[in-house]
Amino acid sequence: MATGTEPAPADARPPGAGVHSPARAAIAAPHLRTDRWWLAPALTAAGLLAFIAYSTWRAFAGADYYAAPYVSPFYSPCLAENCAPMRSGPNWELFGGWWGLSPALLILIFPLGFRLTCYYYRKAYYRGFWASPPACAVAEPHKRYTGETRFPLILQNVHRYFFYAALLVAGVLTYDTVLAFRDEHYAWGHMGLGTLVFLVNIALIWAYTLSCHSCRHIVGGKLKHFSRHPVRYRLWQWAGKLNARHMQLAWASLVSVALADFYVYLVASGAFDDPTLF
Amino acid sequence: MSGYEARFRVWRGDQGGGALEDFAVEVNEGEVVLDIIHRLQATQAPDLAVRWNCKAGKCGSCSAEINGRPRLMCMTRMSVFTREETVTVTPLRAFPVVRDLVTDVGFNYAKAREVPAFVPPAGVGPGEYRMTQEDVDRSQEFRKCIECFLCQDTCHVVRDHEENKPAFAGPRFLMRVAELDMHPLDAAAGTGLDRARAAQDEHGLGYCNITKCCTEVCPEGIRITDNALIPLKERAVDRKYDPLVWLGSKIRRRRES
Amino acid sequence: MSVVERQEWDVVVVGAGGAGLRAAIEARERGARTAVICKSLFGKAHTVMAEGGIAAAMGNANERDDWTVHFRDTLRGGKFLNQWRMAELHAKEAPDRVWELETWGALFDRTKDGRISQRNFGGHEYPRLAHVGDRTGLELIRTLQQRIVALQQEDHRRTGAYESRLKVFQECTVTRVLKDGSRVCGVFAYERESGRFFVLEAPAVVIATGGIGKSFKVTSNSWEYTGDGHALALLAGAPLLNMEFVQFHPTGMVWPPSVKGILVTESVRGDGGVLRNSDGERFMFDYVPDVFKEKYAESEAEADRWYDDPDRNRRPPELLPRDEVARAINSEVKAGRGSPHGGVFLDVSTRMPAETVKRRLPSMYHQFKELADVDITAEAMEVGPTCHYVMGGVAVDSDTAAARGVPGLYAAGEVAGGMHGSNRLGGNSLSDLLVFGRRAGWHAAEYALGGERPRVAEEDVGSAAAEALRPFSAEAGAGAGAGAAGAADRAGGPPENPYALHQELQQTMNDLVGIIRREAEMEQALEKLAELRVRARRAGVEGHRQFNPGWHLALDLRNMLLVSECVARAALERTESRGGHTREDHAAMDRRWRNVNLLCRLTDPTDGLAATDPVRGQITLDRETTDPVRPDLLALFEQEELAKYLADEELYR
Repeated sequence: MATGTEPAPADARPPGAGVHSPARAAIAAPHLRTDRWWLAPALTAAGLLAFIAYSTWRAFAGADYYAAPYVSPFYSPCLAENCAPMRSGPNWELFGGWWGLSPALLILIFPLGFRLTCYYYRKAYYRGFWASPPACAVAEPHKRYTGETRFPLILQNVHRYFFYAALLVAGVLTYDTVLAFRDEHYAWGHMGLGTLVFLVNIALIWAYTLSCHSCRHIVGGKLKHFSRHPVRYRLWQWAGKLNARHMQLAWASLVSVALADFYVYLVASGAFDDPTLF
Repeated sequence: MSGYEARFRVWRGDQGGGALEDFAVEVNEGEVVLDIIHRLQATQAPDLAVRWNCKAGKCGSCSAEINGRPRLMCMTRMSVFTREETVTVTPLRAFPVVRDLVTDVGFNYAKAREVPAFVPPAGVGPGEYRMTQEDVDRSQEFRKCIECFLCQDTCHVVRDHEENKPAFAGPRFLMRVAELDMHPLDAAAGTGLDRARAAQDEHGLGYCNITKCCTEVCPEGIRITDNALIPLKERAVDRKYDPLVWLGSKIRRRRES
Repeated sequence: MSVVERQEWDVVVVGAGGAGLRAAIEARERGARTAVICKSLFGKAHTVMAEGGIAAAMGNANERDDWTVHFRDTLRGGKFLNQWRMAELHAKEAPDRVWELETWGALFDRTKDGRISQRNFGGHEYPRLAHVGDRTGLELIRTLQQRIVALQQEDHRRTGAYESRLKVFQECTVTRVLKDGSRVCGVFAYERESGRFFVLEAPAVVIATGGIGKSFKVTSNSWEYTGDGHALALLAGAPLLNMEFVQFHPTGMVWPPSVKGILVTESVRGDGGVLRNSDGERFMFDYVPDVFKEKYAESEAEADRWYDDPDRNRRPPELLPRDEVARAINSEVKAGRGSPHGGVFLDVSTRMPAETVKRRLPSMYHQFKELADVDITAEAMEVGPTCHYVMGGVAVDSDTAAARGVPGLYAAGEVAGGMHGSNRLGGNSLSDLLVFGRRAGWHAAEYALGGERPRVAEEDVGSAAAEALRPFSAEAGAGAGAGAAGAADRAGGPPENPYALHQELQQTMNDLVGIIRREAEMEQALEKLAELRVRARRAGVEGHRQFNPGWHLALDLRNMLLVSECVARAALERTESRGGHTREDHAAMDRRWRNVNLLCRLTDPTDGLAATDPVRGQITLDRETTDPVRPDLLALFEQEELAKYLADEELYR
C-alpha cells in the first residue's frame, strides 16, 4: 500500500454543543455571518416592546377610551358595569358590578391571545425575545430546546380558538366603525377624521384576521381534494393570497389598532378636537 | 468588467480538526463561488474536497455556508460581494464534517427512510389515475425540493441541539409528510396510518417553532413554513388538540356506520 | 497489500440515475439482492437535469398518437440507424413505465380531465411528453429514489434491516468490472469519502453510468459524465457501438463563461419560443432539410397558427430534431449573424405574457435570473450548441439489454447504444431509461439467480488496486518503492496536473471532434489523444485518499481518454453526415452507410493501457451490417419516405 494515503485517524477534541459538537467542522466562531443579522430581531423586539408598553399603560388606565361616537378598540366590547356609557355602543354589562379593574383587561385577552399564538408573532418573539434562534445560522444561547412539544408552548395549538374569538371581536369593531358614522351627538350620517382612522383600522384588522394560517386551514386547507369543493377552494386561494402578506398585515394592524386607540385618547382627553368631515 | 483578485477563506480539515485558510484567487465576470472553489482546486489546492454536480442549482449537491449563510455555491454569484470583501466558505455546520467542504449528510437519508412511502389506492390500476391540477398543485410545490439539505442545516432544532436529531425529522422530511398527506390519491389512511398524527408523534413536528429559517434558505423558493409546516401543524391540531373536530369526526363516523 | 473487503450480491448496478434506479427496483422486485453504486449522493444523478419530459404515446393530448407514430418519429429522428427492435420496445412500453411512476407517487402536470398532460417537443408528431413544469428529470429521480426507499422499508419490516436486499453505495466509484473467465464476477470500487477499496461480488452487473460529455469543453453534462461505464465495458471486453454520434443540444447558455453549456430546455421552443439571428430573422425556415420538407411550416404565419391548431398547420421549424437546429445555429454564427457572445437569440419574451413564462418555464426563468442576470420575460436569451448526449454506447441485445460477448454484463440508459440511432429525440431519453432500465434489471436478476456464482480472483483485485493507486506513486520521488510500473511511468517527464490534462482533453475534443468534423482535424485529435495518454500516466496527485478530487479526476482520465478515442476513431471512419455526426468533407447522408454499425473494441484486452502509438491506439474498429428492419415495421412508413433513407437493395429485397 502506498504510504501516506490512508485517512488520518481522528483525535479527540473537547465536546461542545450545537455547532461545536465533536464531529462537526471545528470553527470557533458561533456563526460567521457578516451582514447585519441582528437588525431584524432587534427591530422586531423594539416594535413589540413599544406596543406592549403602550398597550399596558392604556389597558390599565381605564380612562379616556370613549369620546362619542368613538370607542377605543382596546375597550370594545366593554363588558363591565364600570364602563363609560356609550349610546347603542358595545357596552354590555356581562360582568356586572364586581369587576373593579379596567374593563379593557376583560376583552384584550382575546386579541392578545390571537396575536400571541399567531404563527407570525411566534416567529417574531421566538427570534426577537427568546433568541431561538436570533437569526438563521446564528447559534442560539439555550442549552436545551424542546420547541412546542410540551407545556406551556404546546398551548400554541389553541390558535384556532383565538381565531374564532378574533372573528367575534372583529365583528364588534366593525360595529364600532359603523357607529363612528355619527357625530358626537349621535346623529347619523356624519364622518370625522376618527371615522377614517377606524375604517383603516377595521380593514387592516379584518385582513390580518382572515390572513391567519388557521383561517386558511379551516376554509379549505384541511381538504384533500379541492376539485370536489370549488367554493372552499376559492376561499382557500383568497386566504392564501392574504396569508402571503401575514407578516405585513400583522404589523400594519398592530400599529393601526394602537393609533385608533391613541386617537380616541387624544379626543377623549381633550388634547385634540376630532375634525368633522361632514 | 475585468477580472480581479479576491480574498477567500476556506475551511480545511476533517473530524480531527481544521481551520480557515486564506487564499488570494482570480475572479472573472459572471462567476459564482463554486467557480472560484474549482479554480482553487486546479491551481492552489488540488486536494480541496468539495461536493458538486450539476452546477445549475438543480441537484443540490454544493451546499455550504458562505459568509455564515447556508447557500448553494453554484447559485451564489461573486457579484453579490464587494471586491474588498473576504468571502468565507465553510462546510455545513449542522452535520458531521468529512473533509474540507464535504459533510456527512447521512442524517437526512436516515430520516427519509422513517417517512412511510406513498400508498397507492386499492383498485386503481396504472393508467387509471385521475387527479386535477388544483389537487396536485400543493404537493408539486414540495416536490420541487432538490434535497440540498440547506433547510436541515439551518434549522436550529438540530443545528444547535445535536440531541434533538433522533426525535426531529427536519423541515425537508416534515414537508415530505405534508406532501403525502396532501397527495390526492394517497391511501395511507386506509391502512391505519394517520400522517398528520404521525408528524406530531413520530417526526417531531412539535419541535418546529416556525421561525422560518428553512424558508429563508430554500434555493427553490419553496414556502416550506407557510405551505407545508404550518398546514401540517393545523392538521395535527385537528387530530390531537381540537375537541370540536374530534367530536365532529365521531358523530360523522357514527352516522356513516 | 491490505485485504480488500468483499461483499456478495446478486446484481450490482453501477450508476444511480434513472436507468440504474429503475434496474435496481426491477432486480430487487424479482428477488435478486441488489446493490447500487453511484459517484454522487443518492438522488443527485444527472437525470435531474432533464427538463422537458418523458416521451410516451399515451394519447392524452391527441388520441391519434400511438406506439407506431412514436416508433416512426424515433426512427426518423435517428435517421434509420436505430436498433429497430429497441425503438419498437421503447415505443410500446413507454406508457406503462410512465403510469407505473404514478403508482409510486409521481405527480405529473394534469390535463383538464385529470390525466397526465403531454407537451410538444422537437421531432415528435403529437404532444407526447409527460412532464412536471420543466423539472421532469427531478420528478423521475425523486420518484425512483422514493420507490427504493419504499422497498427498503418493506425489507426492514420483513428482515429488520433496511439494506438487507437493496443497498445504495453512494459516493463510490467503480474502476473495474471483474471477470471470472469470460463471465462477469463483480466490481472493484472505492469509497470517495475515505478512499477505501472494496469488492462487490456478483454474477450480474448492470452498467447505467450515463454519458461522456465531460470530455468536451462546452457541455451540459456534469462532472460525473466521464464515460465510466463505456470504459468499464470496453475494459471488460464488450464492444461499443456507433460512438461517433454525439448530440450537441442546440440551446445551451453561452454567457457568462462559467455557465457556458448549461442547458436551456427544448420546452422553451415547444411552448412557443423562437430562434432569431442578429438581424432579427427567424432563420430556421432556411434550414429545413429535404427529408423533413413536408412536415414543417414554410411561413411564420403558419408556424404561429400551429401552436393553437396543430391539426391543420405544420409545425414551426424551431422544432426540427436537435441535430438540425444545432447545425443551423452553428452556421448562423459562422456567417456573422450571431449574438454578442457567440450564440443566437432565443426569445419567449415577445411570444407570451410574463406570467405564462414564469408558470410554464419556472426553472428556466430562475436559471437565467440567477446565473446570467437576464430576465427572460423581458429579453431574449443567448443560446448556442452544447455537447449533450452520446447516442453511441455499449452494444446490447435489444430485448435483454445484455452487453455483447460478456455474460453477466448489462447496460441501460445513455451508456447503452443503438436505441437512438444517429440522433436522439428530446424526451426519448427519460423513456429509454425506464424501459431499458427495467429490462436490464429484469434480465440481470434472472441471469444472476439462474446459475452458479462465479469467483473473484485475488490477483485481479490486487491489480485493480494497484491501478487505482498509481496516481499517488507518480508524485513520489524516484526509488520510493512504488514498483516498476511507477518508475517506468515517471521516465518520460515530470508529474502532470490532472486538471490541466483534463482541460486539454476537453479543448481537443471540442475543437477537433466537435459539432462539425474534418478528416485532418480528427487525425490531429488522435495524435493529441495519444500524447495525452502518455502524459496521463504521469498524472500525479497530492494528499491522501480521503475525498481527494485530484485523485478522482486522475482515475477518471483513463475513461475519458478511452471514450474520446472511440469517438474520434469512429467519426473519422464514417464518411458521411448523419444525425449527431456532421462531416464537412462528407456533407451528405449516404444511404450506403444506413445499415453499417461501427464497433469499437479494446486493441489489447490484456492491458491496452501501454498503447501510445497514435495510429494504432487502444481502440480497434470493426464494421458490421445491421439486421434488416422487420417488414411489418417498415410497412409503417410510406415507400417514398423510405427511399430517402434506405439503400435500393434494402428497399426491394
